[in-house]
Amino acid sequence: MGVFPFLVVAWILAVGLYGIVTSRHLVHLIVCLIVLQSSTYVLLLGVGYRAGAAAPYFSDIPRRTPAVDPVVQALALTDVVVEAAVTALLLALAVQAYKRFGTLDPQELVQLKG
Amino acid sequence: MKPRQRLWLFLVAVAGLTSFYLWGLVGLPGFGHYPGPYGDIINRIAVGQTNATGVVSAVNFEYRGIDTLGEEFILFAAATGVAIVLRHLRGEREHQPTEAASPDARQDSPAVRQLSLLLTGPMLVLGWNLASHAQTSPSGGFQGGVVLASSFVLIYLAGQLLTLRRLSPVDVTDAVEAAGAAGFVAIGIAGVAMGLPYLTNFLGLGTMPGAVSSSGTIALISFFVGIEVAAAFLLIVSELLDQTLLVRQETS
Repeated sequence: MGVFPFLVVAWILAVGLYGIVTSRHLVHLIVCLIVLQSSTYVLLLGVGYRAGAAAPYFSDIPRRTPAVDPVVQALALTDVVVEAAVTALLLALAVQAYKRFGTLDPQELVQLKG
Repeated sequence: MKPRQRLWLFLVAVAGLTSFYLWGLVGLPGFGHYPGPYGDIINRIAVGQTNATGVVSAVNFEYRGIDTLGEEFILFAAATGVAIVLRHLRGEREHQPTEAASPDARQDSPAVRQLSLLLTGPMLVLGWNLASHAQTSPSGGFQGGVVLASSFVLIYLAGQLLTLRRLSPVDVTDAVEAAGAAGFVAIGIAGVAMGLPYLTNFLGLGTMPGAVSSSGTIALISFFVGIEVAAAFLLIVSELLDQTLLVRQETS
């Protein structure tokens, strides 16, 4: 396996960035941002993974069992929820932008407001 | 900037990023060879120190409590932001909610509606279960809160828009969200009032690791986070629903 998961991270990041740069629609742009951000989840969980180790829950396994890093899992967990809320905020902004300017094309929006 | 120039700039930037990233990978331990030591130390001491067998929750609500407080307030700010951004624009009028605006009036699949209605209760119980078992199992306030909010969304999917609005009036949801966020802060301040550092686990840890009553403030904070997350998502969903179903642009 080696570095394969980290290459996946780079790929997700690059695809998301490409989508944002070439986007012609705000909702598409926001979805690309979600894709971009999900690369951080793969990175966090990949960094903390240990081959053959258990999940960091010691309810029914001995306490000394080797387990994966719980810190990165905690980070990914809060990140997922916060990201969903921030996405809602961005979509709300897109709704209002459409109402005010009648377009969802970021490039036209730039022309409108200089 | 023209789209073409932008694409070229992007390609140059991404080439630079890729080369630095690959360079960085050379020094990393391979996938599956976690070097530690931080995660290992936490895994070794967390159960003994907090009586919580779910170490991820222990990290979230104890060792990195302040960080989670910050995350929670991002969520709080985002939900408030949605409410502010979606306020009425000039020339907009809110229609009285009627069942005509709900999916009832449209040609929705009866199967979806019945299934949603059937799942509402189990979802509510599942969300509550998740939010109250942070200390023992892979769950906690964040996950439980989202599932709790989903159970309310199912009421809408079941074609009961008016019931949803009756069950979760915006004022009440606002207040509940604020109470959830304030609860987290208050637990921290309660520690300070006792002369301890902020967010110290000042409650009894219980006698048995892994019992629902164990782990002191971890369980309590998770409960408040669950309430806050559920209310925040419910608020976001009802603001967006109001936008599509009730607020209509004036044609004049």
